Amino acid sequence: MNHLKLQEVKMLQVQFVGDDDVLNHILDKEEGAKFRKDRAQLLVNVKKLMKKQESDQNEDDQEDLKDENYVDILGADTQDSLKNGRIAGGSNKVYSFQTRKNPEKMAELAYELAKTPGKSISLISKENAEKMASTSQSIKKQSTSDKDQLKSDEKNEFLSTPYRLRKRLTVSTLPSDTESEYSDSNSEDDNGVKREEEEKISEVFMDQKRIAKHRSGSSSSCKKVSAKKMKKDTTTDLVEEYFEAHSSSKVLTSDRTLQKLKRTKLDQQTLHNLLSKFSPSFSAELKQLNEQHERLFHKWMLQLHLGFNIVLYGLGSKKELLEKFRASMLQDSVHVVINGFFPGITVKSILNSITEEILDHMGTFRSVVDQLDWIINKFKDDSSLELFLLIHNLDSQMLRGDKSQQILGQLSSLPKIYLIASIDHINAPLMWDHSKQSLYNWLWYETTTYRPYTEETSYENSLLVQQCGTLALSSLTHVFRSLTPNARGIFRLLIKYQLENEDNPSYIGLSFQDFYQQCREAFLVNSDLTLRAQLTEFRDHKLLRTKKGTDGVEYLLIPIDTGTLTDFLEKEDKEA
Amino acid sequence: MALDAVGDPVSQGCFVFKPDFKRKKVSFPIADYFNEGKSLSEDSKLRFDTCQLLWQQMKSEAEELQEELNKNLFDNLIEFLGKSHLEFQKKSTNWNYQIKSREIPTAAIVLGVNVTDHDLTFKGLTEMLKDTVTPYVVSLQAKECPDVKHLLQKLASQLMGCVDIESTEEEYVQSSQRKMHYSMAFLSTWYRSITKKTGSESVNKKVTSSQWKESPPIVIILEDIESFSTKVLQDFIIISSQHLHELPIVLVFGIATSPIIIHRLLPQAVSSLCIELLQSLSCKEHLAKLLDKLLLTTRFPFKLNEKALQVLTNIFLYHDFSVQNFIKGLQLAVLEHFYSQPLSILCCDLPEAKRRIYSLSEDQCESIRRLPSFMRYVEKQIPEKQVALLTHERFLKEETLRFLEELHIYHENFFLVLRCFHAFVSSLPKYPLGRQIRELYCACLEKNIWESQEYEPILQLLRMLAKDELIAVLQKCVEVFKSSPGKQLGSMAEKLQEFLAQFQSLDETESNEEENGSGSQQKGFQKTDLYHLQKSLLEMKELRSSNKKQTKFEVHRDRVVDLIDNLVRKFLSPPDTQTLYEVVYFTGAHMLREHLNAAPRIALHTALNNPYHYLKNQALKSEDDSIPNVAPDICIAYKLHLECSRLINLVDWSEAFATVVTAAEETDPNSTASEEIKEIIHARFIRAVSELELLGFIKPTKQKTDHVARLTWGGC
Repeated sequence: MNHLKLQEVKMLQVQFVGDDDVLNHILDKEEGAKFRKDRAQLLVNVKKLMKKQESDQNEDDQEDLKDENYVDILGADTQDSLKNGRIAGGSNKVYSFQTRKNPEKMAELAYELAKTPGKSISLISKENAEKMASTSQSIKKQSTSDKDQLKSDEKNEFLSTPYRLRKRLTVSTLPSDTESEYSDSNSEDDNGVKREEEEKISEVFMDQKRIAKHRSGSSSSCKKVSAKKMKKDTTTDLVEEYFEAHSSSKVLTSDRTLQKLKRTKLDQQTLHNLLSKFSPSFSAELKQLNEQHERLFHKWMLQLHLGFNIVLYGLGSKKELLEKFRASMLQDSVHVVINGFFPGITVKSILNSITEEILDHMGTFRSVVDQLDWIINKFKDDSSLELFLLIHNLDSQMLRGDKSQQILGQLSSLPKIYLIASIDHINAPLMWDHSKQSLYNWLWYETTTYRPYTEETSYENSLLVQQCGTLALSSLTHVFRSLTPNARGIFRLLIKYQLENEDNPSYIGLSFQDFYQQCREAFLVNSDLTLRAQLTEFRDHKLLRTKKGTDGVEYLLIPIDTGTLTDFLEKEDKEA
Repeated sequence: MALDAVGDPVSQGCFVFKPDFKRKKVSFPIADYFNEGKSLSEDSKLRFDTCQLLWQQMKSEAEELQEELNKNLFDNLIEFLGKSHLEFQKKSTNWNYQIKSREIPTAAIVLGVNVTDHDLTFKGLTEMLKDTVTPYVVSLQAKECPDVKHLLQKLASQLMGCVDIESTEEEYVQSSQRKMHYSMAFLSTWYRSITKKTGSESVNKKVTSSQWKESPPIVIILEDIESFSTKVLQDFIIISSQHLHELPIVLVFGIATSPIIIHRLLPQAVSSLCIELLQSLSCKEHLAKLLDKLLLTTRFPFKLNEKALQVLTNIFLYHDFSVQNFIKGLQLAVLEHFYSQPLSILCCDLPEAKRRIYSLSEDQCESIRRLPSFMRYVEKQIPEKQVALLTHERFLKEETLRFLEELHIYHENFFLVLRCFHAFVSSLPKYPLGRQIRELYCACLEKNIWESQEYEPILQLLRMLAKDELIAVLQKCVEVFKSSPGKQLGSMAEKLQEFLAQFQSLDETESNEEENGSGSQQKGFQKTDLYHLQKSLLEMKELRSSNKKQTKFEVHRDRVVDLIDNLVRKFLSPPDTQTLYEVVYFTGAHMLREHLNAAPRIALHTALNNPYHYLKNQALKSEDDSIPNVAPDICIAYKLHLECSRLINLVDWSEAFATVVTAAEETDPNSTASEEIKEIIHARFIRAVSELELLGFIKPTKQKTDHVARLTWGGC
């Protein structure tokens, strides 16, 4: 099984990659062309060639045979290792990850870790272990030898008939669908068996993958005649795998939640503090990697000047690298740094900073397109203008839209605007169709840095990170300042009321009627229509949430925690 | 949260940096970057200038070619325009015209799928029309025209802009005032006034042709017809057909797919169009011509090696069919060649190179000596000469000059023979060496073509060519040879012409022999079964091939084929057999692929899956594809997440992660790890997870509490 796993990983490398596929495709084509050539030779009617063709075919046949043999052998192999895995699975000692001498066990662990985490707990802490001991289960024990036998039979069947396999898969997964979700804590034998089945199925899949892998290996080394066939196999494999995982609406994962773990959500600040205590390893290698990239700076400048734009990809934050580039190369030129990962960034704001701060234009524009046209004309008229754009995360949520990319592309296609950008998302290249790509005129550079994405992720509403108030507070201040005095008063009233009821656990908000009354008394509004208009504005800025109570009355609530609100009031009072 | 250098990062995403203008240096020459920022030596400056000059030449050549290729299309279009509004010019009022005038003359240009190249074509088209036919040319793109109102607005503003500057001044003020109500009626009054003015004063000197002087047509180019919405188009066509008697409108559609699309887009309005279909040159032919002009010539010293050419053509054929992209790739190749190869300084035309050779520095001589092809040459020489080559600078320079001259001659002959050989090969059935000359070129660059599998059969096929075919091919070859001023192969044309004459004189004698031959076979027809028939036929064939004397034609044909065979063997050896070929051949195919056709997903996956590939630390090395537990956090998290199916339980994931990480830190697992360490590990896990989210591998889901959904399938 461990072999399987490893194989799987290998296979993944070969398979998933779009570009590799393309390459294969190309090879296929070439192969096809060659094949055609063979045919052409046949036309000459030279017997020798005829023979050659025949021998080719023979070879192919033999290869197929070999493949089959190989499959059989591997099949047997897997069962052995499966058993080993089971035996090993019983004992807890396996989970020492550092025993790399036994790669089988490690792979087993990785596999087990993800699926039955209950077992790993003894490593973590005693009390946890105790707690989890009840929940941990061993699924492997129940397997009997004749079951194994049965399984192997089935497996052979699966291998020979992939279509039936799919059917079977759906059959075997269906019963688990009808049951309640699989839960870790009350494991019954049934569940165990089912789970085994599940595993078995995935193993079968791996088998197939491995076969595919083997074939691809053999075909790349010697003959690629069967390459097309092979590819078809692997793709159908993928398809089947995909549908297998998406066929059932319910997923078999454990029901444990973070609450049980007693690990509270960390806020951004503590997270940062904690992480600063941890020093990453391999700093020497990282430095070396970085130096490699830094050596490219001059080349980048050269290529930027010659009309190319540069896009950086690869794992790790590229912010530092770009910052270094900026510091060392761009000190004497006008440049704009754009943090694409900033949640409030828009194309409009980028264009604004160009028109207002660089071109010193104070007017406004009717639309973004107008603004772009204006910039383009300006740059065409004045040939002395030069501008560097540095965009961190061109593929961020805010900039990845079609229109934004179109505009940025048009901007970057100007001969005197030099764009250097970074992308991180795996699907980022999908943003660009041919016409956008030709606008951008990219040169791709791989800059894998392994740097943590500290800033890029700090804005993100991460799953496990509790948002601290700083961001909310500043956005609150900004919105608040843009309001009319009356609207400020209204909002302030609401804040005060909410703070007064801070300790009341059953507080669901201020009812609209009460609020209206209060506002009237403070001479802030004269009709409930004006108040509603105000509230709509708050709602648009996500400063207000309305809820219908049980009695059908509307309740108003500010969805910001009290700490932030208090800070905000204090700050405002101080400034007032 | 590390803050940026200036500004409040919480409320702002853009930071503008302006240099201190007092401090600003006199603008940096680009060439500075060419030499890695080291102080600019004469050498690298020269190299950069050569590079720029060469590229400029190549680029203008490519542009000229483009113009030339478009010329045919444009001529057709102008002819069509001339026909389109004849009646309008005559101001005829007859009934027939009134009916007909409901039909808008339309030229549909099929341009092919390489959308990115269209821009250039349209730009050329607009300029050409403005110069020769009419000042009123408007080009619209679908993205500018979401509805008819915008379309009319765009149309009107462009039309107004077309007029001469004096008249626009006042009009511009007006038009900006009533920007909102542009209509066709407005346009037609505008057109009437403008034509009256130009008609009387005949201001428009640009338009020379008298035909269009009176009432120049308004040409509206819709660049990407497929992207327009049906409704907009339909409405626009109906409106303009109503005003056709006032405005001589001509539509030009740019079509990327097939002409059928017009009918699909405009099921009803198509009846009010009078469509003429024009075809532009296919992008493949364009590429072939481009290669012919830029690479298969001795005009430009720069050459690509087989792999690099393969990469570029593959990108073209399998990705975009864009000639512009191909040119971009070529530009990168030129740049990279000059950037990375110090000897590229000699990559210029021969007289210039001669001068440069004598000013080569010590270092440069040394790098010549280090060239593999040069070393190969040295090894073959007698010892005295070896010593001289390696120590005597002057001698080396003389030799270098000789090599470069040889290389030049080699190329001259190479391309001639290549074209000639291509003329032969491309006439063969099934195109054993490819239909296009670039395929043959690639094959010749790769290895000795006569050692390839296909070569023998080709010769055999050639020996079976019919006379008229052979004559046609020979005539082509004669033209090829005649076109060149080559010295060595100059006599070749005469030789081939001799052959041609022989073939032609053979005519009469040949036919006589044929008759004799056919007469002898008449005997012995009996009833046989199929088997015997086949057998006897085979026997007959053998008899014929062994016994029958070759006709004169066959003898001559064999001689021609032998001649070609000799030529190929003599002149089509691959360039890496030539000494100093490195000077002009660009070899960085991998670099082209890396920068033009990158694979970000592979890079990401490799970085996550096999950190050793990037971080060369022994601790990260693993024999197989497993991952050591000391790997960076994100790699471990990634590896673990690969094991999950659609949903991932965060708790399970974090515990698995903690197990791996604690194991890596080799703390005793049984001792109660301090709370702080656990906290840190948890924080690291959080970071790894949110990084994976940023990279797009997972996303939060509400299907189950504390779960995330996997977004990738099949490994990545």
